[in-house]
Amino acid sequence: MTVTSSGSAAIDIDHLKVSYGNNRVLHGVSLSVAKGEFIAILGSSGCGKTTLLRTIAGFQKASGGAIRLFGRDVVDMPPEKRGMAMMFQSYALWPHMSVLGNVGYGLRLRGVSREEIRKRVAEVLRMLNLSGLEDRKVTNLSGGQRQRVALGRALAIEPEILLLDEPLSNLDAKVRLQLRTEIKTLQSRLGFTAIHVTHDREEAMTMADRIVVMDAGHIAQVGTPKEVFDNPVSPFVASFMGAENTLHLDVRASGAGIEVKAEQGHAVQWNGDVPVGPVTAYFRDDVASLGDPSVAIEGSIVLPGTITQRTYPGGHYRYVVAIADRHFTVTDDDYHELDRPVGLRLPLASLHLFPSEQSQGGFHA
Amino acid sequence: MSSKVQFASAPVDIEQAPSLGRLRLKGFASTLLKAAALAAFAFLLFGPLANLVLWSFAERWYAPFKLPVSYGTRYWEVVFRPTGDAMSSLMTSVSIACLTVAVALAISVPAGYALARLKLPWRTALMILFLLPQAFPSVAIYINVARVFYSIGLTGTIAGVVLVHAAHGLVYSVWIAAAAFAAVDRDLELAARNIGASPLRTFFTVTLPLAMPGIMASAIFVFLESLDEFTGTFFVGVPQVTTLPLLLYNASMGGNYQIASITALILLVPSVLFMLFIERFLKADVLSKVGQ
Repeated sequence: MTVTSSGSAAIDIDHLKVSYGNNRVLHGVSLSVAKGEFIAILGSSGCGKTTLLRTIAGFQKASGGAIRLFGRDVVDMPPEKRGMAMMFQSYALWPHMSVLGNVGYGLRLRGVSREEIRKRVAEVLRMLNLSGLEDRKVTNLSGGQRQRVALGRALAIEPEILLLDEPLSNLDAKVRLQLRTEIKTLQSRLGFTAIHVTHDREEAMTMADRIVVMDAGHIAQVGTPKEVFDNPVSPFVASFMGAENTLHLDVRASGAGIEVKAEQGHAVQWNGDVPVGPVTAYFRDDVASLGDPSVAIEGSIVLPGTITQRTYPGGHYRYVVAIADRHFTVTDDDYHELDRPVGLRLPLASLHLFPSEQSQGGFHA
Repeated sequence: MSSKVQFASAPVDIEQAPSLGRLRLKGFASTLLKAAALAAFAFLLFGPLANLVLWSFAERWYAPFKLPVSYGTRYWEVVFRPTGDAMSSLMTSVSIACLTVAVALAISVPAGYALARLKLPWRTALMILFLLPQAFPSVAIYINVARVFYSIGLTGTIAGVVLVHAAHGLVYSVWIAAAAFAAVDRDLELAARNIGASPLRTFFTVTLPLAMPGIMASAIFVFLESLDEFTGTFFVGVPQVTTLPLLLYNASMGGNYQIASITALILLVPSVLFMLFIERFLKADVLSKVGQ
């Protein structure tokens, strides 16, 4: 995945290490981002994703490795020499300046004339649907407007690279969705390269060309949203992408294919490509379905259980199914009675199977 | 002394204050009591001031009369005569206060920024260091300061007095400036650096303007402290440097209560004005960081 010697990459991070004192936060992260690409760095809090972004911006010193922007190593450069722009979770707008002062700050630094600044700020504000707010104090704006001004401030200097440090997480759900689309639209129109740090899986999935999943200072997986979602490479990525139900299975070679067996239920013949031995299956609650416990289904394991709880979040029902002493969350389109024996059907092709010892140290949400 | 009588009645009203809660239903009585308590409190504050005002207009006032025998503005004219001692010591006082503010800010702005932002190994020790001039009996300190200053020719000079006042005021200015800088969100500075501002440019366009209210407040404190300072000026400045507090001291020692009262009233004017300003400048987020 890493292109170390390519000059064409907009951002080339090469074995980047960062420590806070004796505490190593990034353990040699390598990542290459193409020009115009939208990358989302996804991870739970404390995984080092914000540290990675702040090190790229130059706010945090690296203790090893390189960061190359368009082939130029910037790892020892102060932030003002790196030529990027950033959006902060806290907006970080200067309260003692007007909207014009905030958005025009970068242009003023670059010696642009007063009239030219006013003209270009007006253009940026029009692009962000903030026209006419030039002389407003930033403290008199709503959260969504503030973050738009922050976006305008970043875009006014026409940066090649935009860094986004969870800029949407302080906003209302509706404004968040709106801004998500706006940022994405502007990115494809203006063509800047973007790195977006977030802990919101859906935000990463909908905005990014590629997703980087981080775990404890390492990159766990890099891939398109579909790759990461459908083919997680590790138990951590699987559970982080929503496959939070786990089930122990036993896989044995059998004839031409393999035989998969759960503790309960019957063994199922299959010809999929799975590791042999004890495995742990990770699955999202929407891949399972409920049906008659006595009916065997080709390529699916059927586990007999009882429905103990039913809720209706809208569109489909959500059930809690008890199988032996374990409980699984399952969504199903159909209505089922409570306390009835039911078959939990799990299509083997939709399960993420990992050898059990690998998932021991894994992340269980 | 009419004021003595009024003073005695004040504690009586205040002692009844805790019972206000029970009296809440009897709204009228409660209101009356509150008004009385407020009046007593106001008298505690303004009684002495009223006495000053009375004295400043009293041309003749002696026992056993409870009020001045005759009123007039004669002593005001004496004080405000352009050639008078009062005007020249007012000028001296104000110039010393302004210079003291300049010296204190020249130290407290960089020191406050360093204490707030940099990872200094002896941070707490440094903060305490600025507190030291306030921690010991000032007379003992100033006698020694006067000795040292005498040997290097600083006694009796404006510069010497300014140095003494600045050392005294540094505790306010450094502690408040450090709090003011600490209250500036780090991301605000990083946002400026991020889009191309040098550290110096960031300091002057983002950090300093945002810390300015706190720094202004600290400057005002230093100004007022300098204006009010007596002991240090007495040991280091006398007899060449005469500030208003020294004039006040001389006047009251000489039994001239009118001049003393007028001087005291003049000293009061900047205090009241600045206190009104400070209230606007010192925000809660800055105050909460003082001494951290």
